Amino acid sequence: MWEMIKSIFFAIPRGLSVTFKYFLKKKVTVKYPDAPPVFEDRYRGLHYLTRYPDGKERCVCCGLCAVACPADAIYMEPAETEKGERYAKVFEINELRCIFCGYCEEACPEEAIFLGHEFEFSSGDRGDFIYTKEMLLANFDKIEKDRVAKNIKPFIRQEKYQFKKPADPIH
Amino acid sequence: MGDKTMILNIGPQHPATHGVLRIQIELDGEVIVNAKPIVGYLHTGIEKTMESKTYTQALTMTDRMDYLAPMSNNLVYVMAVEKLMQVDVPLRAQYLRVILTELTRINSHLVWLGTHATDIGAMTLFLYCFREREKILKIYEFVSGVRMMSSYFRVGGLAKDVPVGFDKRIKEILDIMPNKINEYEDLLTENRIWKNRTVGVGKISGEEAIKSGLSGPLLRGSGVNWDIRKANPYSCYDHFEFDVPLGKNGDTYDRYKCRIEEMRQSLRIIRQALEGLPEGPYITEDRKIAPPPKEEVLKGMEQLIHHFKIWVDGFCPPEGDVYHSIESPKGEIGCYLVSDGTKRPYRVHFRPPSFVNISALNKLAKGRMISDLIAIIGSVDIVLGEIDR
Repeated sequence: MWEMIKSIFFAIPRGLSVTFKYFLKKKVTVKYPDAPPVFEDRYRGLHYLTRYPDGKERCVCCGLCAVACPADAIYMEPAETEKGERYAKVFEINELRCIFCGYCEEACPEEAIFLGHEFEFSSGDRGDFIYTKEMLLANFDKIEKDRVAKNIKPFIRQEKYQFKKPADPIH
Repeated sequence: MGDKTMILNIGPQHPATHGVLRIQIELDGEVIVNAKPIVGYLHTGIEKTMESKTYTQALTMTDRMDYLAPMSNNLVYVMAVEKLMQVDVPLRAQYLRVILTELTRINSHLVWLGTHATDIGAMTLFLYCFREREKILKIYEFVSGVRMMSSYFRVGGLAKDVPVGFDKRIKEILDIMPNKINEYEDLLTENRIWKNRTVGVGKISGEEAIKSGLSGPLLRGSGVNWDIRKANPYSCYDHFEFDVPLGKNGDTYDRYKCRIEEMRQSLRIIRQALEGLPEGPYITEDRKIAPPPKEEVLKGMEQLIHHFKIWVDGFCPPEGDVYHSIESPKGEIGCYLVSDGTKRPYRVHFRPPSFVNISALNKLAKGRMISDLIAIIGSVDIVLGEIDR
């Protein structure tokens, strides 16, 4: 009997007071499809391949991202220009295999590949998920256009570093 | 199978089994005579896949085992490799690891509390728990880039240093969480329905629990004082002051109380770790294990060569085997690693706490009603990704 009285007059009102408190408070639900989601800076989404300010692509097709990739999602074929500069003739990322670990970004010694904030890429066809070099560069152009419009400072170096000679020895 | 009993299958597609767990129960009326968990429906071959990856690449697989506590899984794996190679991890990295794994503990317990309460019928709590969990997941995104599959810990330290404003974000959590935990308790602890559904359900004595190899809150709920953070301190846990909450009766209610108290203790640890967070490098400066910082790689040829060597070949631990275990939110997670001296592990084996804990289901459920089974599964706190690997 005492248990029941305790429950009706103390325990249940105590629980319901929590419920009613939030009934009147501001909602915390993210209105995702109607409002854009907010990402942190380090968010890892769809990849993009960067360019130098003069429009030349940075990737030199060294293959380090493909080696670092735990999911074997990156495929590339190198080629050389007449000047002897290496570039990627074919560069493909299979976004269905990709696990978005960010190792390619970490491994890249040229700051050529990054993971952006784009996450809503869907298709009815599996073939559409193999992103070619042109598509990845187009991703960058879109981001760059946005960056220039918003007047944000670029976070990657703009010019090629000149290696010091002789190189500093390291421990 | 006797004449009077009947066999009933629960799962693998059943919302209350928290994944694809199948339980074959033998019933006498509504009373459970035997409960046999059948696992393997989520087998993904993670351990086997890890054998074909380098040590760094294999790290990404560990996130996907216990997806509610990715940082704990990362930690046990990197610590096993570190033990094998005898790497010194900088103090800052160790403190940050403690902060993040304790956040993981809160995260995992919140999901457990929400789903467990929903199973029993307290629907409100689910939304509240996930609201706070979202804040913790945002911190994961803040430091590592992804909400769940973080892969943030590396052999020798961390992938990157934490961004500016990290301490502010953690303090936010520290400020709101104690109140929120009190709120959860307001809703449940003295709730008569909750007590009726949980007190005395799924009882196991301390002795039986040790015999069954249970660990984590399941063992502590039975009053056995065993916490690896205290018993065998790793990653600077001996620098912090905290209590190990213990239950008395070893029933579902005591385990609930234990886990709630554990969240408070985790907050205590985080607060201490944040106050004492030292400055310094975030990853070991041994260039045979960790690549040089990116800024140096872009400027120096020697550093670039090192960078290439690390990413292409990785590192080769000496021949031998090692076992390391830590206290994950669900219990003792262990990693057994065999190295043959090459850049890829010869064998990786995990001791998942959920797998061992669910094997005691028969002992917990025997003699109880069929509806209690749902409460018991909830209180064991399983993640099928970890059980089947």
